[in-house]
Amino acid sequence: MRKEQIRNFCIIAHIDHGKSTLADRILELTSSVELRDMEEQLLDNMDIERERGITIKARAVRLNYKSKNGETYVFNLIDTPGHVDFNYEVSRSLAACEGAILVVDASQGIEAQTLANTYLAIEHDLEVLPVVNKIDLPSADPQNACEEIENVIGIPALDAPRISAKMGTNIEEVLERVITDIPAPKGDDNAPLKALIFDSYYDQYKGVIIFVRVKEGTLKVGDTIKLFATGAEFQTVEIGYMGATSLVPSGKLRSGEVGYIAASIKDIGDTRVGDTVTSVEHTCSEPLEGYKKVNPMVYSGIYPADGAKYPDLRDALEKLRLNDASLSFEPETSIALGFGFRCGFLGLLHMEIIAERLEREYNLDLITTAPSVIYKVTMTNGEVLYIDNPTNYPDPGLIASAEEPVVSSNILTPSEFVGNIMELCQDRRGTFKDMKYLDETRVELHYELPLNEIVYDFFDALKSRTRGYASFDYEMKGYRVSKLVKLDILLNGEVVDALSFIVHTDKAYARGRRICEKLKETIPRQLFEVPVQAAIGGKIIARETVKALRKDVLAKCYGGDITRKKKLLEKQKEGKKKMRQLGSVEVPQEAFMSVLKLDE
Amino acid sequence: MCGIYIHIPFCKRKCIYCDFYSVCGDDNLYSDFVSALNRSIERRKDKRIAVDTVYFGGGTPTVLKSSQLALILNTVKNCFDVTPNAEITVESNPCTVTAESLSGLFNSGFNRISFGIQSANDDELSALSRLHNYKQAREAVLNAKKAGFTNISADIMIGILNQTRQSLADSIEKITSLPVSHISAYMLKVEENTPLDEMIKTDGSILKSIADDDEMSDRYLLMCRLLEEKGFLHYEISNFAKSGFESRHNLKYWRCEEYLGFGPHAHSYIDNKRYFEDCDVFTFIKRKGYPKITYTDTDVDKAKEYIMLSLRLAKGLDTDRLAGLDNEGRYGNIVSNAIEINRLADERLINISQNGKHLSLTERGFLVSNTVISRLLN
Repeated sequence: MRKEQIRNFCIIAHIDHGKSTLADRILELTSSVELRDMEEQLLDNMDIERERGITIKARAVRLNYKSKNGETYVFNLIDTPGHVDFNYEVSRSLAACEGAILVVDASQGIEAQTLANTYLAIEHDLEVLPVVNKIDLPSADPQNACEEIENVIGIPALDAPRISAKMGTNIEEVLERVITDIPAPKGDDNAPLKALIFDSYYDQYKGVIIFVRVKEGTLKVGDTIKLFATGAEFQTVEIGYMGATSLVPSGKLRSGEVGYIAASIKDIGDTRVGDTVTSVEHTCSEPLEGYKKVNPMVYSGIYPADGAKYPDLRDALEKLRLNDASLSFEPETSIALGFGFRCGFLGLLHMEIIAERLEREYNLDLITTAPSVIYKVTMTNGEVLYIDNPTNYPDPGLIASAEEPVVSSNILTPSEFVGNIMELCQDRRGTFKDMKYLDETRVELHYELPLNEIVYDFFDALKSRTRGYASFDYEMKGYRVSKLVKLDILLNGEVVDALSFIVHTDKAYARGRRICEKLKETIPRQLFEVPVQAAIGGKIIARETVKALRKDVLAKCYGGDITRKKKLLEKQKEGKKKMRQLGSVEVPQEAFMSVLKLDE
Repeated sequence: MCGIYIHIPFCKRKCIYCDFYSVCGDDNLYSDFVSALNRSIERRKDKRIAVDTVYFGGGTPTVLKSSQLALILNTVKNCFDVTPNAEITVESNPCTVTAESLSGLFNSGFNRISFGIQSANDDELSALSRLHNYKQAREAVLNAKKAGFTNISADIMIGILNQTRQSLADSIEKITSLPVSHISAYMLKVEENTPLDEMIKTDGSILKSIADDDEMSDRYLLMCRLLEEKGFLHYEISNFAKSGFESRHNLKYWRCEEYLGFGPHAHSYIDNKRYFEDCDVFTFIKRKGYPKITYTDTDVDKAKEYIMLSLRLAKGLDTDRLAGLDNEGRYGNIVSNAIEINRLADERLINISQNGKHLSLTERGFLVSNTVISRLLN
């Protein structure tokens, strides 16, 4: 196969703008998948991905397309994760391509995340091919969408294919444009091997499977490869490309191609996304640009509801990590919750997905503590600590200065909501950077926001203040000195370590009060009155009381029928199982997450 | 000694809150039922079983003729060794009895009668869709007294729709001024699939006219105080009696003593087994007295039942008896778990006797008995 006949590209789209549907249509048109094997939205094959309409893992597929010009082309379609949590993965997927199809909803226009990913694509010198989707909708305004693409992104779009992925309209035009608009890959087959890892997963039989884009050189089965970041070496066992439904061994990969490598790799930690694969026999001197080690941004404690399930939780986390190098976990102990793990995630969505998979796929009942970011604390003795668990926050007297992570965020919104958004960002301690009108009705806002203000419920708050119209994207900016305090929550006079969190001084009172109120609603009345208090240091700043239970259900034991009474006691026992005993207080599991939902 | 429970599953009309098994029938059904019931008792005949309490419950047993009830009682006496001083109770509703029928009942051997009065307020009675008014209830009690009954019980309900503390106090005042020696007091509870439940589902505002848990508790405690003032001893969660008039039959349930039940859905506890007659009245009649039994416990945990049932009594549980029942030592820590016990005692939910041998719930403790008991059990 000649390089001129290869096209490597990805699809950029906002959630619900039709990326997966377009991918499905392309698969159909290239007859890569028999109709009977077609499962709706083939590329998103995790249940959670399909339900949430997002892509979590990158995936790739090789397709053959016979063009109208008579030639047959090889298309490598690389799917990109569709959420800000996975920005780095997105950038690595983009780096594996020469072009990107930008899908814009004809009725909705460009969204913040699309914009961010498009800029990312342009940064990587990708050729962007705009496509206007959903032209079948009555509210569709393709002309306007095209103009918006030209005005906002600044790429020609007036001749963009206007399609309906759902109805299958004009899909061929997109494929023809892929050939004409997106350049073929370059590279020297005889140069030292340089291949970019853009994804990996763990296979029970073959070990880690690495997805690569070969940039330079040639790789053959049996070659020994070396991974730049870790220096680890492995002998390749199988090499091939990704067919639509299975891996297809090909024995070798040449520059310009996209494929997979199996080399009996046991630990997915060795195969980091963005790293460069080279061969020991023909080693390149420099790795590809752009590799960085991804660090978790958000930490949370995950505990089994039933303490006896601790080993099960550990096994489940280990299994998930086989496929997800960005998940980190360390054993931790909480006085309130017993043995569990402090887990690091790329973001809140990543955390939710992991928790959901643990519960669903491993049938675990979990208690998840409120997420925390990593605080950088400089001690009076000069020592610098990174704190990912509020419980470990040092005594204020020992702290010289404290810093918190900030992100630079980009919000796209219809202009009518600008006021609401500014109010929200101000409330979340945001620093206004700039604002620009994309056209008469659409505005782009830039704010610097502390990460701990957005990990909870920022996205929901933004949606509710803009009737769902605003979109949001962010990237890490760095650390900023801040006035932080540790807020403790006391139940019945005792600090519940799992409920402590770090908060900015100015917001401590309001937050403390709100959490006490929320806990009062969440904790059922018990035999004893339960004071719920918020405290900073030793000082109580808020208090609520869960009144004592006056009455429970009195069972009739009429006519010697004691079954009702027994059932009630059974029910009581079941209810108790869903509770955590903290001292003499029974606390429902959801209480530990209640700090997350203060806006409700 | 064994108790006998006879279930008469008939009512003139179903009350809106009731979820016990009963149907509205006619004379033919009644007489078919009586013969089937008699045969079922006869099939279980065992003169070695000494019986010192017989209880006719329902439903409303007095929808049957006094002569039919007398016939059934006679069968019981023929089939079991009913002691001469046995307590023989019949439940009734005020509008299903007359002076004559009450005399008939007393003369055929019934010596205790329990009236479902519920309230002395006619608006409250009609809100419950009861067929009687208070005047009829009063007459029924007085007629029972005239007929010879000296052991008369009345039911009072707490939390009736639109009831107030004042109207409850009025009802207690009026009912206790009648010649009654026993009061059963129940709180209105919206049971699933009752007409009341359906009504609330269509019109949620009805719930506002029913007392919430806090108000219900206050009324319960108010009632306890008022009844105590009238000389009624609070001997069980829901039962109050003048000294010596405690329901001997019902005490068997709480003391884990044996009883045999006859009639559809009647429960039995005998020879360490708990079971019930698992059929409706029509099947019951068709089976001509052959039992259709379902066991509710194949392995009765006696110690656990003792804790659960004895704590309904003001006397509470006897730790020696518990130890005797608790062969596997599962509940040995109930009294020895001092922290828990002291905490409950501090909150005045339980009482512990001086010698530490008795543990009982206080009136406030009765209100949260499920929670307390499940804490003790775990």
